[in-house]
Amino acid sequence: MTEWFAIIMGTCLFVLMIPVIYRICVGPTGFDRILAVNVIGTKTAVLLVIIGTLYDRVEMFVDFALTYALLNFVAAIIVSRYLNRTISLKEMEAREKAKKEAKAS
Amino acid sequence: MIESLSTLVLATTPDAGNEGFMLLKIVGIVSGILGLIFFLGSAVGMLRFPDFYTRMHAAGKGDTLSTMLMLGGFGFVTMDDFSLGSWLLLIKILGVVLFIYLTTPTSSHALMRAAFEDDEMPMTEEDLKKSKKRGKKKS
Repeated sequence: MTEWFAIIMGTCLFVLMIPVIYRICVGPTGFDRILAVNVIGTKTAVLLVIIGTLYDRVEMFVDFALTYALLNFVAAIIVSRYLNRTISLKEMEAREKAKKEAKAS
Repeated sequence: MIESLSTLVLATTPDAGNEGFMLLKIVGIVSGILGLIFFLGSAVGMLRFPDFYTRMHAAGKGDTLSTMLMLGGFGFVTMDDFSLGSWLLLIKILGVVLFIYLTTPTSSHALMRAAFEDDEMPMTEEDLKKSKKRGKKKS
């Protein structure tokens, strides 16, 4: 019974991941894409536990799931910081331009 | 110490029938199906919502709760007996649940902050009316 539950649940997870993959492909902004990647990474941790129950070695696969969740979190934080820094550089340039214009006038 | 603890745990294992395990499995399966329902809501929201912030609302909430429910359900389903190894496994899975409970809202908050400083404005009512007009023209 446990095996069949794991198989059905993994299949349902894969089917429900298709809209999220669509959001990765045609997301209007980059933030949509990284958000969808974050969702899929979180679900992959669940899938790893399901694979572990299918192979009867859950105690090994749980560590993989923990590592995957950690990497996912770090990736999301790093991408958000990276985009934030580029934006603040843009703002700094705009402010410098405004200052120069104020001095010129 | 550990041996005595494990023998104590083994001694208190209910020998009469598998009712306890069946109850645990039923609780785990119900929790997993609830998690699938929440993830269905999250996926539909990510597919159909018009704005980045609304999509982030769907993704952040549904994703966190569905992952926690599914992982907890599998932690209960995989408990075949009350031995020390299965208790350790359950505690490990609950540790993953705690980690996801802490980190997923944090990462979505950081993404929201970065998007807001990127001049990604939230959708107003006028934008919604415009998009509805466009849809009517197309159809």
